[in-house]
Amino acid sequence: MRQHIISIKEFEKKDIDALLDRAEAIDQGDYDPKALEDKILGVLFFEPSTRTRMSFEAAMARLGGASIDMGGVEASSVVKGETLADTIRVVSGYADAIVLRHPREGAAQLASEFASVPVLNAGDGAGQHPSQTLIDLYTIRQAMPLEGIDVGLLGDLRYGRTAHSLAYALTQYDVTIHTLAPEGLEMPPNVVEELRERGVEIVVHDEIGEFTRALDVMYVTRIQRERFPDSASYYAVASSYRVTPELLAEARERMIVLHPLPRVDEIDPRVDALPHAKYFQQARNGVPIRMALLLEVMG
Amino acid sequence: MKDEPRVLQISPIRNGTVIDHITAGEALNVLKILGITGTTDECLSIATNVASEKSGRKDVVKISDRELCTEEVDRIALIAPQATINIIRDYLVCEKMGVEIPRVLLGVVRCPNRGCISNTNEPIKSRFEVTKRGLHCLYCDWYLKDDIPGHII
Ligand SMILES: [Zn+2]
Repeated sequence: MRQHIISIKEFEKKDIDALLDRAEAIDQGDYDPKALEDKILGVLFFEPSTRTRMSFEAAMARLGGASIDMGGVEASSVVKGETLADTIRVVSGYADAIVLRHPREGAAQLASEFASVPVLNAGDGAGQHPSQTLIDLYTIRQAMPLEGIDVGLLGDLRYGRTAHSLAYALTQYDVTIHTLAPEGLEMPPNVVEELRERGVEIVVHDEIGEFTRALDVMYVTRIQRERFPDSASYYAVASSYRVTPELLAEARERMIVLHPLPRVDEIDPRVDALPHAKYFQQARNGVPIRMALLLEVMG
Repeated sequence: MKDEPRVLQISPIRNGTVIDHITAGEALNVLKILGITGTTDECLSIATNVASEKSGRKDVVKISDRELCTEEVDRIALIAPQATINIIRDYLVCEKMGVEIPRVLLGVVRCPNRGCISNTNEPIKSRFEVTKRGLHCLYCDWYLKDDIPGHII
């Protein structure tokens, strides 16, 4: 049993595989719906993320447990200036585990230092979001083995930390990582360096057709408009990083397209009907993965 | 030149700390790190660009009636890794230590990431792991590589 779930970097390959196996069993109905009957999950969301929150609450409910939350941030003691450390100490007294979403990077690490119950990181700022990465890996594994594949990361690779986390996790497998990012939004050099040190091959692309043809998995992230000086330069970039049925006509047959959602313009809605599109499946996988994580810390 | 009379550039101190072999030009940064400014009342002697057999040129700082603690020594290590620290009691060197960059720096450096939880009023100290890629924030995962002296708290 694990105390906290803070960063995907703390998982070894065998831990990841075991969690994915457990989620798969859960998906097939193999779980005790009363496993967490006497447990309470403290849901602390300091910034809105409706889907992540709902999937944690759904996971808890499917295991027979209850969730409590602090209401809107506006109504809570946060506006009165209470520190996160104090909030965590207080909620530790009410709940058997805490799931935390917070706008500041490192918040989950801090919480784990003050909590007397396990902390699950549901995203801290632009930081870690380990359950998302496990969902990504699980969705890939449903389509193909995690070994010997080519995974492409497309979009904002500078600030898009879900892409970084996925890349870190993939270094545990025999995978080639391909990247394609607009100028200025490339993956930070220290991330690339660390990934290469972990033994993964990284191929940097500058042309979307060539990129698409090389892949088994295309992981698309949102390009944020506020990263660009004006909307004209945003649209110029966004249109050249748009996934369309025409583009996917060149892709390998088994290639799947993932996106952590919500999407804006990165994926043409016409792609939804193609067999490549797995992003809604990916969203649905949030529940079994989070059930596996809740069992891991409270089961 | 051999017979040129040796000039005593800094007189010995009775009690306190001598920081020797500071990287030439870093003496004032060392003082800044120690929180010593023109308005604090330590009795100081500073020598810069002193000829040194070991490193060509060095800076030396002597502080009377103050013994440095480990955390202060850690800070000095970040900007003057060659420095040596001598604690003086009654004109004698009682303790001689080299500075050594520790594996983890606690409360020494401010995280460059403005979104980092360590830059808020939470009851924690900043925490960095010293790696070959730079200082690695153990809260937010960022690396601090450039201008480390400018980030010392
Ligand atoms: Zn930080």
